[in-house]
Amino acid sequence: MRDINVSEIIFKVKNMCSPANCILNSDIYNSLKNAQIAEKSPIGKEMLSQIIENADIAKTDNVPICQDTGMAVVFVTIGQNVHITGGSLTDAINEGIRLGYTQNYLRKSIVKDPFIRVNTNDNTPAIIHYNIVEGDKLKIELAPKGAGSENMSKIFMLKPSDGIQGAKNAIISAVETAGPNPCPPMIIGVGCGGNFELSALLAKKALLRPVGTHSQIPHIKQMEIELLEKINRTGIGPQGLGGNTTALAVNIDTYATHIACMPIAVNISCHVTRHTVCEI
Amino acid sequence: MDIKITTPLTKENAQKLKAGDIVKITGTIYTARDAAHKRMIEDYDKTGKFPFDIENSIIYYCGPSPAKPGDTIGSAGPTTSYRMDAYSPFIIKNGQTGMIGKGDRNSDVIEAIKKYKSVYFAATGGAAALISSHIKKCDVIAYEDLGAEAIRKLYVEDFPVIVVIDTEGNNLYETQRTKYKTL
Repeated sequence: MRDINVSEIIFKVKNMCSPANCILNSDIYNSLKNAQIAEKSPIGKEMLSQIIENADIAKTDNVPICQDTGMAVVFVTIGQNVHITGGSLTDAINEGIRLGYTQNYLRKSIVKDPFIRVNTNDNTPAIIHYNIVEGDKLKIELAPKGAGSENMSKIFMLKPSDGIQGAKNAIISAVETAGPNPCPPMIIGVGCGGNFELSALLAKKALLRPVGTHSQIPHIKQMEIELLEKINRTGIGPQGLGGNTTALAVNIDTYATHIACMPIAVNISCHVTRHTVCEI
Repeated sequence: MDIKITTPLTKENAQKLKAGDIVKITGTIYTARDAAHKRMIEDYDKTGKFPFDIENSIIYYCGPSPAKPGDTIGSAGPTTSYRMDAYSPFIIKNGQTGMIGKGDRNSDVIEAIKKYKSVYFAATGGAAALISSHIKKCDVIAYEDLGAEAIRKLYVEDFPVIVVIDTEGNNLYETQRTKYKTL
């Protein structure tokens, strides 16, 4: 067994919060630069220029790229030979988020109850997903997610007879319905298969994959390429103000499913899709 | 050519703005988003008053991040507007002439925009650090307990927006999307 004390986890999580929100990952930044050159609409080109300039200012001044610094989504991959000492792992992650958000002038966007809606004032609790693997390492991925795009996400419980075409139509319809609302250009995470809740989790995880990379499964890779091309012909464009840059990537993850099921979850994200990783 | 306007935005000046115009706003605007809109309407029902002068005002749908020491405001981009659709027609009816946000509005809001001569502007979503550089003063004037959702009085200079829905109901999202659609 390898011991890891919660104090180390709190420290690492705390230190991930500011960079995750202030520095746009290079895969997205480079993709925006390429899109700015390829964009046909003058307004769209201007929107992309502003988005790029904004990312430069945020990085230089160490301020949030977007005022919505999100709900903290944390993926934890824990080796089965790791022994957490000094307290609870979940409490340690939440403490790291609390310190990271309150000490770095990040927005506190969480209300305790969906109906009573009183702010918790420290951006906790986080949403934490645990995955247990072999080994003695602890990997923590922080992906704060803004709500404007999250609200545009959808799950379709399709039938097997709908086939791959039905899935493609559903994904495109989710993007067309979202339109200008999620701050396009979007990044589209898709989860195909599993069941109701797993499809949504697959879609969320798919957003962690860098822009420009593809699924290892040939027909899924083909689907990603085709969908991105089609989505960029919807006309929505940067900020929904028209153009040929509606999405930067369509990332699809799959899982086995039931003989009766074909769940398709579409998790829409904005041009500020955040993701930082640390390993202990 | 950019069009420069100053606040308050009169109905007469609102009617000169057309969908697609690039506008730079100078003057006072007010932030209010989900919780502030809900409370404003509830308070109006009880007291017959809004927390600031609604006549010819511009409301910015925004909940900024906290200001660092020495800064006026944190990052302050627009939030998605449709969540305010339930409240906007009533506020427009009471004299609001401008809204700044991002994304679609429903038919009730568009009808109110046409009837009472209001304008819907979009700011660039996610360009929150860039937008903040145009905000020169920021004071919380109501609902401080709401934190990021409190109402703030902002003084802005050359605040960059684009007219999406004008007083005649022309909608830039629709015309531009149709223009570039090849699917």
